[in-house]
Amino acid sequence: MEDWVSVGYLISAALFIFGLKKLGHPKTAPFGNQLGAMGMLVAVITTILEMQLTGEGVVDWTLIAGGIVLGSLIGYWMAVKVEMTGMPELVALFNGFGGAASALVALSEIQKYIVEPSGVPTGLEITVTMVAAGLSALVGWMTLTGSLLAMYKLKGGVEVFGKWIRTPTWGPTWLNPVKVLLFLGVIALIIASIDDPTNEQYLWGIIGISCILGIILVLPIGGADMPVVVSLLNSLSGIAAAFTGFIIGNSVLIIAGSLVGASGLILTFIMCKAMNRKLIDVLFKSFGGDGEKQSLTRTKVGSDADEVAMMLDGAQKVIIVPGYGMAVSQCQHAVKEFANIMEEKFDTEIKYAIHPVAGRMPGHMNVLLAEANVPYEQLIEMDEINGEFPECDVALVIGANDTTNPAARSGEGPLAGMPIIDADKARTVVIIKRSLSVGYAGVDNDLFYMDKTMMLFGDGKAMMGDLNTAVKEI
Amino acid sequence: MEPAFLIGNVTLFILAIFLGFELITKVPATLHTPLMSGANAISGISIIGALFGSNVAFDGGETALSGLLAFVAVVLAMINVVGGFAVTNRMLNMIAGKKRGGA
Repeated sequence: MEDWVSVGYLISAALFIFGLKKLGHPKTAPFGNQLGAMGMLVAVITTILEMQLTGEGVVDWTLIAGGIVLGSLIGYWMAVKVEMTGMPELVALFNGFGGAASALVALSEIQKYIVEPSGVPTGLEITVTMVAAGLSALVGWMTLTGSLLAMYKLKGGVEVFGKWIRTPTWGPTWLNPVKVLLFLGVIALIIASIDDPTNEQYLWGIIGISCILGIILVLPIGGADMPVVVSLLNSLSGIAAAFTGFIIGNSVLIIAGSLVGASGLILTFIMCKAMNRKLIDVLFKSFGGDGEKQSLTRTKVGSDADEVAMMLDGAQKVIIVPGYGMAVSQCQHAVKEFANIMEEKFDTEIKYAIHPVAGRMPGHMNVLLAEANVPYEQLIEMDEINGEFPECDVALVIGANDTTNPAARSGEGPLAGMPIIDADKARTVVIIKRSLSVGYAGVDNDLFYMDKTMMLFGDGKAMMGDLNTAVKEI
Repeated sequence: MEPAFLIGNVTLFILAIFLGFELITKVPATLHTPLMSGANAISGISIIGALFGSNVAFDGGETALSGLLAFVAVVLAMINVVGGFAVTNRMLNMIAGKKRGGA
């Protein structure tokens, strides 16, 4: 490799490192993102220059330029078009593409050996290449199928010939040894491929099993565990790029890939901690699960919007607790309108309590509320806001369940030890929810049955609309 | 391949993983999504490998299949890179815009 090429990649790697660092702080985040994009630009330009100036030069400009332009246009179009509510799906999809790209590069390198067996290197080089290509395929294809399934899980289902098919969540315990066996199978195939690099059966075996692994790894996971999976897949796509770096012996791939892998893993652990679960439990123990859900033995009379509006009359402080239900009904704009009405009419102090795993993606609620023009300062993280509930007149819970369930404090059951939003400590609690049904964890929520709780049964958007009208009319 | 080259690459790999762990310590929830999608865009760095791979003659050459695979990789990686940075930028502008409006 020419010296100036190494310097180009070094600059690019440094930009990635600074970029990631800056992305972690609210003030510098936009700059961090630009640094990352610049790093990518430097890497691409360096590569194209190297291709042009060394060896035989660029063989086919139209092809390379065509690929770059086509990919850029599609990517840009998708990024501009997406609604903020569709963000989790898009991030999952991009992630799958990243993993697939790394795995395809690995496949393309191995394909060269199959076409031209005389070009197969020997000794250490072939060992390194085959191990790296195998691992890149394993992680890359797994990331692709896992991310695609995660995307359809986030959408809730897929439309086939006009019929809506719900994405299943299915994971019997016997699936766990199968996952381990398939994983060991891939490792065995990788080891076998070192001695026989041109064996296509090994190659397709690795690809096939990796695709299946991605699906059965994500299939049992749903609901509140989704943020963990999405960020884990993000980490894996980085790892795949790093392995690809070993195949082509390129330092910037190794550095950038492992940076993303490690930082994605950190985010995964942050998500796990917020649920008081271990990563291993998320992957191998389905949460709550079918059949274990508590049956409802209690009932609660629902309230109506007018009743709630009367109670809100003159409230000094209202804390809004959003959950996945707000994302599903897409009522963030109605929520913001509610906040505006309350602020204007009664000069009420409005805050939002954000549970770290509310929604289906890390930071899901923040993105939705930011889209609805909610001031950043009003979004308060769980640890900070919990102390404020005793002095708050009304806690308005919108489509959140497990993240407010006082059963988590008891130390028993699936929710034991999970940090929760202390909505039950507010003077009055208003809950907008379709029914009394249990949340993802399958645990009945005592909060619904407390005397100070008023239930508004119905769709989030419709109920918020009714409530806004009712409050205006007071 | 010289063993020293491999060891050099493994060193980079391990040091970069440590660096990645240290880089992201306490991140506010607001930034979880942008951080994830920004990092995701960086993982599109496999565009480099894809570019090298797609640099082959297409008309009838023996390497045509491997070139085609690399070309698909170029497209997918570019979607990942451009889409990822663009969507992150959109989200961050939204969040930053709110800050000025709310203060």
